[in-house]
Amino acid sequence: MDRPIRVVVAKPGLDGHDRGAKVVARALRDAGMEVIYTGLHQTPEMIVDTAIQEDADVIGLSALSGAHMTLFQDILDLLKEKEASDILVIGGGIIPDDDARLLEKAGVAAIFGPGAPTEGIVDFIRKRAKR
Amino acid sequence: MKNLTTRALAGNTLSIARLISQVEREAEGFTEAMHLIHQKVRGVPIIGVTGVGGSGKSTLISRIAQTFRTEGKRVGIIAIDPTSPFSGGAVLGDRIRMTDLINDEGVFIRSMGTRGMSGGLASAISDVAWILDACGFDVILVETVGIGQDEVDIAQIAETTIVVLVPGLGDAVQMIKAGIMEIGDILAVNKADLPGVEQTVAELEAMLDLGDQSNKRPIPIVKTSALEGEGLDVLFEEICKHRKFLETTAPHTELRRRRYEGALMEHVRGRLIRLLSEEFVREKAQPFVDALLQGKTDLHTASTKLLAEIVEKALR
Repeated sequence: MDRPIRVVVAKPGLDGHDRGAKVVARALRDAGMEVIYTGLHQTPEMIVDTAIQEDADVIGLSALSGAHMTLFQDILDLLKEKEASDILVIGGGIIPDDDARLLEKAGVAAIFGPGAPTEGIVDFIRKRAKR
Repeated sequence: MKNLTTRALAGNTLSIARLISQVEREAEGFTEAMHLIHQKVRGVPIIGVTGVGGSGKSTLISRIAQTFRTEGKRVGIIAIDPTSPFSGGAVLGDRIRMTDLINDEGVFIRSMGTRGMSGGLASAISDVAWILDACGFDVILVETVGIGQDEVDIAQIAETTIVVLVPGLGDAVQMIKAGIMEIGDILAVNKADLPGVEQTVAELEAMLDLGDQSNKRPIPIVKTSALEGEGLDVLFEEICKHRKFLETTAPHTELRRRRYEGALMEHVRGRLIRLLSEEFVREKAQPFVDALLQGKTDLHTASTKLLAEIVEKALR
């Protein structure tokens, strides 16, 4: 029996602008995925714990505050520590191209900047999610 | 699968989560895994919390969970949200209200969509509850959206059901229509800081008076404000009182029996319903539809024969 792809959509850190995250959450739902929407002000620990308990296939991070380098790296490190690095990590928000390249090297599968079409995100997840 | 189950039973969170997924999708080896699980099941209390969206169920559950935590109990929470019938997807947002619990390693929260499973949902929840039980959680809280049949089914799995209402929304009448009131062991009027509380309580009391209360225990109505933290101790006390009531009127073996019977019936129902949506059923139905159109048979006869064919195929 098949089950839907499960995606945790989270906003780490102090940034309070969640419209993008909500747009993506709805798009993923409309594409037949189950979105565990965790809301604002999540610490890396909270996001990783959530993704583990929910057996998420993907973690989608939204960061507009500029703190993406530390926050995303913390999440990657925690996933490794908890032996859950098979969870696909993608990100979006205000992330300069240079940082995006660095993050991708560090293990973030893709960064989807402002204006990225949601169909592209959906397709990417369908191709690359762990299940 | 056996290794995964062993690690889950030892309390490894990642393994518990992945085992739940494997059982949900009926992956190879899942019946053996459940067999191992059932050997370790202790029969911990399952408490259902239902009510319309926005009634504050998640916040209430969070508070109830915190109280159990102060007693040193490990808490499992299963949070259900509706799956879109159009896309098959869902936004599962109950966790947002349970932020305080998220980094507590004594709490495990699992979100599920209804997944159009009518009839199968209660059985899926039952399996997850058994897994959490076997893997060391001492009480399971199940949150559902109180809109209909699912809740009545889940009430067979949950031993204590709390129905949450909000003053002034007219939920009471809606819920009576859906049969939800009959499943409530405890009624909680949440957001009791809002106007209209006393009237809502009065309406509920009047409605309970109308019902058949002959041999049963009187259903308590508790006013709570999950956000303000009021009435929570009374609610918790009622939960404990109900548990004692169950244990004295129906011994552990009886509760256990009811649980397995409920789960078995739900499993059968879920399988039948899933079966009906399979393509081969429509194919088999076509000759009967032809015969009906030609006036050569009637619905009752046709459905009897079709049923026989479906069941025969299903059991093969």
